[in-house]
Amino acid sequence: MAEQTNTPANLKVTIDNITVEVAPGTTILQAARQIGGDVTPPAMCYYSKLEGSGGKCRTCLVEVAAGSAADPRPMPKLVASCRTPIAEGMIVKNITSDRVQEARAGVVEFLLVNHPLDCPVCDQAGECHLQDLGYEHGKEGTRYEFKRRTFEPEDIGPYIQLHMNRCILCYRCTYVADQLTDNRVHGVLDRGDHANISTHISKAIENNFCGNMIDVCPVGALTDKTFRFKNRVWFTKPVEAHRDCDQCCGKVTLWQRGEDVLRVTARKDEWGEVQSHEGKPGWICNTCRFEKKKASDWVIEGPTKINRHSVIAQGHYLGLKKPTETLPAVMDGRDPKLMMDIHSVSEVNRVDISELPGPATSENFKK
Amino acid sequence: MPVQFSDTALAEVKRLVARYPEGKQKSALLPVLHLAQDEFGGWLSTEILDYVASVLKITPIEVYEVATFYSMYNLKPVGKHVFEVCQTGPCMLNGSDEIIDYIKEKLGIRPGETTTDGLFTLKTVECLGACGYAPMMQMGKHYREHLTREQVDQIIAESRK
Amino acid sequence: MGRKLLLDKAHVENIRLYEVYRREGGYRSVEKALKSMSPDQVTDEVKKSGLRGRGGAGFPSGMKWSFLAKPEGVPRYLVVNADESEPGTFKDRYLMEFIPHLLIEGMITSSYALGSNNSYIYIRGEYAWIVDILQQAIAEARNNGWLGKNILGSGFDCDIHVQRGAGAYICGEETALLESLEGKRGNPRIKPPFPAVKGLWGCPTVVNNVETIAAVVPIINEGGEEYAKIGIGKSTGTKLISACGNINKPGVYEIDMTISVEEFIYSDEYCGGIPNGRKLKACIPGGSSVPILPANLLLKTAKGETRMMTYESLADGGFATGSMMGSGGFIVMDDRQCVVRHTYTLARFYRHESCGQCSPCREGTGWMEKILWNIETGKGKMSDIDLLWDIQRKIEGNTICPLGDAAAWPVAAAIRHFRDEFEWHVNNPEEAQKRNYGLAHYADPLVVTA
Ligand SMILES: Cc1cc2nc3c(=O)[nH]c(=O)nc-3n(C[C@H](O)[C@H](O)[C@H](O)COP(=O)(O)O)c2cc1C
Ligand code: SF4
Ligand code: SF4
Ligand code: FES
Ligand code: FES
Repeated sequence: MAEQTNTPANLKVTIDNITVEVAPGTTILQAARQIGGDVTPPAMCYYSKLEGSGGKCRTCLVEVAAGSAADPRPMPKLVASCRTPIAEGMIVKNITSDRVQEARAGVVEFLLVNHPLDCPVCDQAGECHLQDLGYEHGKEGTRYEFKRRTFEPEDIGPYIQLHMNRCILCYRCTYVADQLTDNRVHGVLDRGDHANISTHISKAIENNFCGNMIDVCPVGALTDKTFRFKNRVWFTKPVEAHRDCDQCCGKVTLWQRGEDVLRVTARKDEWGEVQSHEGKPGWICNTCRFEKKKASDWVIEGPTKINRHSVIAQGHYLGLKKPTETLPAVMDGRDPKLMMDIHSVSEVNRVDISELPGPATSENFKK
Repeated sequence: MPVQFSDTALAEVKRLVARYPEGKQKSALLPVLHLAQDEFGGWLSTEILDYVASVLKITPIEVYEVATFYSMYNLKPVGKHVFEVCQTGPCMLNGSDEIIDYIKEKLGIRPGETTTDGLFTLKTVECLGACGYAPMMQMGKHYREHLTREQVDQIIAESRK
Repeated sequence: MGRKLLLDKAHVENIRLYEVYRREGGYRSVEKALKSMSPDQVTDEVKKSGLRGRGGAGFPSGMKWSFLAKPEGVPRYLVVNADESEPGTFKDRYLMEFIPHLLIEGMITSSYALGSNNSYIYIRGEYAWIVDILQQAIAEARNNGWLGKNILGSGFDCDIHVQRGAGAYICGEETALLESLEGKRGNPRIKPPFPAVKGLWGCPTVVNNVETIAAVVPIINEGGEEYAKIGIGKSTGTKLISACGNINKPGVYEIDMTISVEEFIYSDEYCGGIPNGRKLKACIPGGSSVPILPANLLLKTAKGETRMMTYESLADGGFATGSMMGSGGFIVMDDRQCVVRHTYTLARFYRHESCGQCSPCREGTGWMEKILWNIETGKGKMSDIDLLWDIQRKIEGNTICPLGDAAAWPVAAAIRHFRDEFEWHVNNPEEAQKRNYGLAHYADPLVVTA
């Protein structure tokens, strides 16, 4: 797909006044990623390694000020940059367009109106793309005054925890199941504002590559059930590691605390996608992800460089609030097992966060 | 009792599948689900959905995704007679709200419920393309249009026979 | 009395039957096209006729046909859109129910022009009895040699299949329709590619409305130029209007696009005026998604000209003071009716029908519905009106398919023209719960001029 190709770059496109040359078939988003930095629109549903993805979340909308050199008329509507191919001489505005900024703030608000905002107890906190998005493009506070939508919890097996309330319906996990596993058993059910990720029959998702669904999920809707001593990611230390694996590339990031391997994930690139190794996406198998939880299972390469966009690096937090709790404060004298209990209490919001007067904190999740 | 189409229904499935190019038998999914709903008592259990998947040689999740998307498939049991009363704007202008209230009162159920004798289910639905003949409802295959209280009485009496 | 091209024979006794339809001159267009015209000549006639899509968008049909890709060895498809689910619209139903052979005839001629050997009718699932009517007509046509192999010795093969939907307005959107026809959820596709290049099963496809395809019959019979002589400007030919709401004679009317809105509402030939001595308050002239207009702007444009039942005149003034022809669903409201309540039901409709794929529509439609419910039931705040405005603005134009726009426009227009009615609900919460509120936004020209 949009992986680097060897065709000569021969289409000129100008994005926010910066001109690059790209290969035919490149999308606006891919071209903007070539430029990098702030010019790149955020992408919540598009995933370059998953065919057919994109177009749904609408966070990557941009303005096309000139369609091409041949037909320099502007496009009337904002377009999804992830699905719009470049034409020679196209002029695109992203951060230089007020219309785009406003529409994007709108999209961010829409994505958040029914989001539980249970970041204080979410495994994804610190590496959640929605948190980053809200921080960078959203406005503070919500104007939504209704009870947030909730779904019945569903058990989808021993590896993956589904928190449907947090899902933004990017469809990425369905593409993973279609393209990496031979038998998709989950999908999007129902429609409209009730559309949800489910297996319909609480079937266990167990295919050997299904764990990659966790890595592609932009929010905390799919998380690792085997994540030991559920922990805020910023309290863990990521290192690059590898092992010889006959099923996958075996190149991973280990999330450690002391000698414990708390969690194994694929390595991520600067766009939050699974890194490519030798031109192939570095998906990892369930054995590497879920079974190898001792440091001795792995050859450690060195510490992971943390993406400067990440809240882990910046210490940013949704709604501009830095996390105030330190680990001991959150633990409040309890042992780590209790952290899991807190988690399971909150997992489908048995605490109704929309009824709280302010942002939820761990206080709200105590018994 | 295992779920199994009758021979006539199976012949119909074959006819439906033949309308599409080779290998595109999934296209028959919507009509086959209608067929299954008619054949197996007005609603589609998971067992039936799985059976439809096996008949069309597609995966169960493909059937679940579709069956939950479209509003005409009942995924829960319904009464013998289903009243689907339109409540959208144009019908509302001509008094659909009063008709719905009247049926509620008459049958003692709310929209989405079935009477305890299992005879009637009341549903409120959105525009059925009969706006000029409002208020109206769908009953099975047919529409009942220009509804009045008297007509509702009559329809209920007829259905009870 | 205006010309009728589609429904002139609709009330001939037993016109549903092949023998009667044929006796009344049916299937002449197929004879003419297959015996004396090339496929491109048929397309040219449609181009000359100026026919515009009758499904809502009004795109010139001949042009659409000429965009169809024709790669070697790949089948092409004609798919007729009979999903008809836009509130206020029930014209296609009427046509298929009363004169089904007209659609079948139009499809054979159009399939010949497009090179489609298997054409499909996608009909909304609720029209179950019409499926039987169509299937009967198809069987009759086949038995009489109008369908099947080598039709009229021309070498052209064609078959028609009826596919029933299962309850989803969104399947009227052409790419959602194709997904549904492929046995999937009705999620609209992300364009490009367009159906003309990659449509049904990845093959080039034309999707047209029932009425559009039916109009091909008189166009071929009489010639495109003759057809184009009817109507005003770019609104050529006749148009089916389904009229409903508070009028004396609701129903489906065929108009040649030369009459005024006023004539359409008040003349006995059409709607026959407003019942019970009430006054005209407002009207949604083209199906629920187009902007509502208060009576004064409906009958005359902002420039003071008489508003006509044409594409251009209905759209005169843009969204500020005009509306759209849309699908021809003409919804009339008298002075008892409450715009807030009506808008609420439409917001509920669009929330119910959103496929849920893209975030502005999935989240925004439900949000608007909830706020409108609060206002309608006397729980609203003044700031809610501005919030509604802002939400609809953030949905419009930012979604995958036009359903997002269709949900936003009615809310925008209701606030634009009837803001005082929204404010009344906020200021009179108790009364708002008890009664429907109608503000005096009407102008009744017949009374004024009398
Ligand atoms: C949400 C939505 C619903 C639609 N519903 C219908 C419909 O019920 N019938 C129809 O003919 N066109 C409908 N359309 C328009 C179709 O997408 C398409 O433009 C039309 O079928 C083309 O046919 P035409 O050119 O003959 O009008 C709908 C469009 C949208 C966005
Ligand atoms: S569960 Fe995650 S990956 Fe799947 S659709 Fe929801 S947000 Fe996307
Ligand atoms: S606008 Fe609405 S109906 Fe259209 S694709 Fe988006 S969510 Fe679906
Ligand atoms: S990333 Fe482009 S629409 Fe989601
Ligand atoms: S609004 Fe009830 S049938 Fe159209």
